[in-house]
Amino acid sequence: MTVTVKMAAVIQKLTDNQKEFTADGNDIYNLILNIEKRYPGFQSQILTDTEEVHQFLNIYVNDEDIRFLAGLKTTIGEGDIVSFLPALAGGQ
Amino acid sequence: MSKAETSENNSASFTPDEVMRYSRHMIMDQVGPNGQRKLKDAKVLIVGAGGLGSPVATYLALGGVGTIGVVDFDVVDLSNLQRQILHRTEDVGKPKIESAKESLISYNPNIEVKTFEEPLISDNAYRILEDFDIVVNGADNFATRYLVCDAAYLSGKTIVDGSVLLFDGQATVYKPGSGCYRCLYPAPPPPGLVPSCAEAGVLGAMTGLVGSVQATEVFKEILGIGENLIGRLILIDSLNMEFRMMKIKRDPQCPLCGDNPTIKELIDYDQFCGTPPVTAPDAQS
Repeated sequence: MTVTVKMAAVIQKLTDNQKEFTADGNDIYNLILNIEKRYPGFQSQILTDTEEVHQFLNIYVNDEDIRFLAGLKTTIGEGDIVSFLPALAGGQ
Repeated sequence: MSKAETSENNSASFTPDEVMRYSRHMIMDQVGPNGQRKLKDAKVLIVGAGGLGSPVATYLALGGVGTIGVVDFDVVDLSNLQRQILHRTEDVGKPKIESAKESLISYNPNIEVKTFEEPLISDNAYRILEDFDIVVNGADNFATRYLVCDAAYLSGKTIVDGSVLLFDGQATVYKPGSGCYRCLYPAPPPPGLVPSCAEAGVLGAMTGLVGSVQATEVFKEILGIGENLIGRLILIDSLNMEFRMMKIKRDPQCPLCGDNPTIKELIDYDQFCGTPPVTAPDAQS
């Protein structure tokens, strides 16, 4: 399945400053592995050593947080939008 | 007392100047004299008199929110003036709460501005929050954001939250029982991974955009109108001028507001975030 990936500005450095691109995957974990092939180092910034999503970062499929779906096993379908969204603290 | 009588009495409590000043509010059915009275009686605390705090405080003052609290321990720096509309060139070097108060009273002398020139920390958070109904989060660091989250939740107050960086912005509303910042982000990023505005930059106008969303949510909360951002996170990508809405849910595993909470009092947030203690400029030198 080909999905659109959207990266928050602050982590676009992980994807060679690409804010939006398409990628393939059947579920979120598979998608991350495929993005890793294109942008080496991506996986280690998104997942912990135990292959869980870092707690300061949320992954959304369309408008749903995957933590409330099936986590990394959340299936994705053609045309879905997958967003990687870290916490921001800027207010000043 | 009939609705008409209530309305008349409330209207009578405004001076003719105030009636004229707030007339564009009062003519709206959703506000009216009774709503303007609610605004006048409201007490809103703004954490940070910076990029977000500036537009929020300004619009609340203009709109007649009766008591506005501002907590900030910083002084105005020339680099603030690209976006922090509470402060002017002649204010450089002055405590931000001073220039903030002067600006807000200048905009609307009918309001009260309470200032707190101190870092918001665990030792003073309850004291500072206690007199306010709503807390607006415009903090610039994760330690203060988690502190605001915990202190507001534990004292039963609503948070109107916002953050900005580069060309991106986020805003939402947390009310006890409907999820909290810890539900959204259970842990802060490691120090240095997510830069601050000072490190990465921010488009000045973005603070106005997100701050205006926050101010709007405060008005709606006070007036009890509309559909607020509880359970929803608005994402703004100003480069594409794209607005998206994400769902936020209360996490049953949340250590603060979950089914079996473990956080029942304020903690050491610098240790939690792995950052140096928040200190006033004098203490840093």
